Amino acid sequence: MSEKKTEKSQNKLTKKDFISDQMVKWCPGCGSHAILASVHKVFSDIGFKKEDFCFVSGIGCSSRFPYYVNTYGFHGIHGRAAAIASGIKIANPNLSVWVATGDGDSMAIGGNHFIHLIRRNMDINVLLFNNQVYGLTKGQFSPTTPRGGITKTSPHGTIEHPFITAGLVMGAQGNFFARCLDNDVKMMTDIMYQSAKHNGTAITEILQNCVIYSDKAFANVAAKEIKDEAQLRLEHGKPMIFGKYRDKGIVLSGNKLRVVNIGKNGVKKEDILVHDQYKKDPGIHRMLGRMHFPKYPIALGVIRSAPFNTYDQLMEEQIENEKKSSAIKCVDDLLNSGDTWEI
Amino acid sequence: MVKKTDIIELEDVVVKFVGDSGDGMQLTGTIFSELAAFSGNDLATFPDFPAEIRAPHNTIAGVSGFQMHMGRRPIYTPGDMCDVLVAMNPASLRANIKWVKTGATIVVDENTFDEKAISKAGYQTNPLENGDLTDYNVIKAPISELTKKSLKDLNIDKKLAMRAKNMFVLGIILYLFERDLKRVLKLIEMRFAKLPEVVKVNKTALESGYRYAETIEGVKSRYRVNPAPMERGKYRNITGNVAAAWGLLAASEKSGRPLFLGSYPITPATEILMELAKHKSLGAKVFQAEDEIAGICSAIGASFAGSLAATTTSGPGFSLKSEAIGLAVITELPLVIVNVQRAGPSTGMPTKSEQSDLMQALYGRNGECPVIVMVASSPANCFHYVYMASKLAMEHMVPVVLLTDGYIGFGSELFKIPEVDQLPQINPPLAKPNEPGYKPYKRDEKTLARKWAIAGTEGLRHRVGGLEKTNIEGSVSTDPLNHQLMVKLREEKVNKVVDFIPEQTLVGEKSGDLLVIGWGGTEGALKSTVKRMQEENYKISLAQFNYIKPLPKNTRSILANFKKIIVCELNMGQFVNYLKINFQEFHYHQYNKVQGLPFHVNELTEVFKNLLEE
Repeated sequence: MSEKKTEKSQNKLTKKDFISDQMVKWCPGCGSHAILASVHKVFSDIGFKKEDFCFVSGIGCSSRFPYYVNTYGFHGIHGRAAAIASGIKIANPNLSVWVATGDGDSMAIGGNHFIHLIRRNMDINVLLFNNQVYGLTKGQFSPTTPRGGITKTSPHGTIEHPFITAGLVMGAQGNFFARCLDNDVKMMTDIMYQSAKHNGTAITEILQNCVIYSDKAFANVAAKEIKDEAQLRLEHGKPMIFGKYRDKGIVLSGNKLRVVNIGKNGVKKEDILVHDQYKKDPGIHRMLGRMHFPKYPIALGVIRSAPFNTYDQLMEEQIENEKKSSAIKCVDDLLNSGDTWEI
Repeated sequence: MVKKTDIIELEDVVVKFVGDSGDGMQLTGTIFSELAAFSGNDLATFPDFPAEIRAPHNTIAGVSGFQMHMGRRPIYTPGDMCDVLVAMNPASLRANIKWVKTGATIVVDENTFDEKAISKAGYQTNPLENGDLTDYNVIKAPISELTKKSLKDLNIDKKLAMRAKNMFVLGIILYLFERDLKRVLKLIEMRFAKLPEVVKVNKTALESGYRYAETIEGVKSRYRVNPAPMERGKYRNITGNVAAAWGLLAASEKSGRPLFLGSYPITPATEILMELAKHKSLGAKVFQAEDEIAGICSAIGASFAGSLAATTTSGPGFSLKSEAIGLAVITELPLVIVNVQRAGPSTGMPTKSEQSDLMQALYGRNGECPVIVMVASSPANCFHYVYMASKLAMEHMVPVVLLTDGYIGFGSELFKIPEVDQLPQINPPLAKPNEPGYKPYKRDEKTLARKWAIAGTEGLRHRVGGLEKTNIEGSVSTDPLNHQLMVKLREEKVNKVVDFIPEQTLVGEKSGDLLVIGWGGTEGALKSTVKRMQEENYKISLAQFNYIKPLPKNTRSILANFKKIIVCELNMGQFVNYLKINFQEFHYHQYNKVQGLPFHVNELTEVFKNLLEE
């Protein structure tokens, strides 16, 4: 894996360097506040120059994000952040480009750009705030609202099958997928560091509570009394063990993942799958991404971060090669190439 | 034995090659045009092909054609009616006979006129025998048979042999026009350098066709088109789409801003995308996006990051880009949108030309959303107008819509090769690193343009976006008076461009009985007509517009000096309505044609003469 091109900052930066002068206008208690704080921290610690960050968004609550981070920022139009960010990254591959988006922005109106961004493996970091609802337009169902969900546009319950973000991302040949809860700042910042350093499209799904329209949407996995049984917190190189007494684990049985009790039926700790987030083959990552409670714990952390060539690197390489090999070095050469004649 | 033939000297001549989609008529036409150019003729060409790649064999729907107009005098259009038609099958003859002048020469492959093909073309009886063609000089040549025979010794398969029919017929035409056979053989060698077998086959067929024409009695005369008096210089043949692509490259080099193109394939604009994709050696970054919206949005992103950013499209794609054009307007970023217009609405007639999108370019967005609107008017000047569109976009920090159309995009003409050194300077208002007092929406007094602070520059971090911003500071704002101010400023910024564009010129005198007004790709036909009528002493002039918003400063004074005004458009009257809004004091006549076809000189002449007699 090649090193990031983004240059190192000479000066030590602090969170203050990234706090903008705009008033933050999210609801009190919204998970976005924690995400913003994490971004301020990661940007100041990671060592890039402050002018080399660029934050891009579409429309929605999450998409106000660029106004609250003192970097180059572009607040785009609904669904199009991925396309705008692609242009920025191609034009200047040296930038560390970040997209803030929501479940509706990225997977409904912007679904096309989202999957193609991932397929191309553009070196862009996407923070996907999934609160399973349209917040800014005041409470309509989204592509991730669970079937049957009652919202303002589904008063009798949705009759749609929701996207599983991980399934969509890896189906689009995604090479980096991480998931965390909005109240787990430690895991969130850790994922953001990894995202920033990963070459390629990095999707981080943040399961977010909308206090107004989808309050407690993730309570079934996030609530204190249940979280140990409902969450599998992945760490690279560590066995996939969970449970209040760390007595449960994931094994590969045939071509399926299975939950086992360590110590029962002859299952030993050594039988438990060890997480390899860098594995190129996405098979296990896909299964981990699709696990859901109560049959399985939900997988959190970096599920996949496999190294592959990025679009922006490959384009730079092609340009460099052509510059070396082509006889056409300037526009005058081009204008005078091929069949021409003097009169 | 070489027979004796007459030589007929012609001022100009229109030749059209037509056949089935797979008959190679585009190649035949292209080679013949290149030869005409080498021989010093002025010329214009137009390929006319169906939307289908290979429509059913021997049907009218599958007819593909290539028309070229060459002369010893300036040529402005690919021509109306043919002097020479080459028809490779019955369907192509039937589809084109209405565009052939009485007395013209028609070369046909008589071997293809079998019962089945004749009826498939929709003929009741064989047109070569039923007297339909008595008004023409018909050369009935057994082209298929003779091509096969000529290639017998080469031992190649029948299919490949049949593909060389177009070269046999080209040989006949070369003889008819006294063209240098050696030069063509060289062209073929160059074109198929990597395929020696194809070179051999083509050369053999070509020479056989030439010798055939030399000997048969059917060819009674040959035509001579002497070289045109052209301005000295270096020339090449160029299509409008290639010229547009090169104009972007030139503007990029001149401005020092790297080129980014974000586009999605769409007829008839795709050639610009394909052409630019070739030129990575000039640093062009070409992004074939997943859709039209991603095309323009990626370009807007690239513009924010400091590229000369462009997106190319045609009508339906232009509709999809509307919202994003608004984003470029409110973020006040430079962007070039090239719309190669085609017949609409909806999918319409993708390969047919129309001046369909002027209203959309001017007004087709939500909110008060002004952009600069320009239009190219010939294949070669697509280079100049794309260059100027790029210059204005960058210097005034505003999106520019440049309209062309399928007719000039696909069409070609001679292009006097410019030197990049001699092109106008382009000076984008770049903000310097750590510029003291930088504010995102602080404006230049003369242009009202804000500064271009490129993402990644030290000390200029700022945020832009689709929400309304305060002037100067650039903070998000819903303040009522600020909104009105910003709406006014954006409009005024575009209007101020009038001081940076040339005055409108006229073909003809500054006053007279009739002012003909056109815009864009109709220039060739309108200019030919007006010049012809001027020779007949009519007091008629032409104003062909290239700058639409803003209109050139002297527009009103031009309109005031003629007794009558007629606005000619290939639509239902979009420009005339725009003129009515801007200059209400004049009375406008209009002539509109919406057939997917260009204007013809004869029809225009009749319209203008009738109007003058009223």
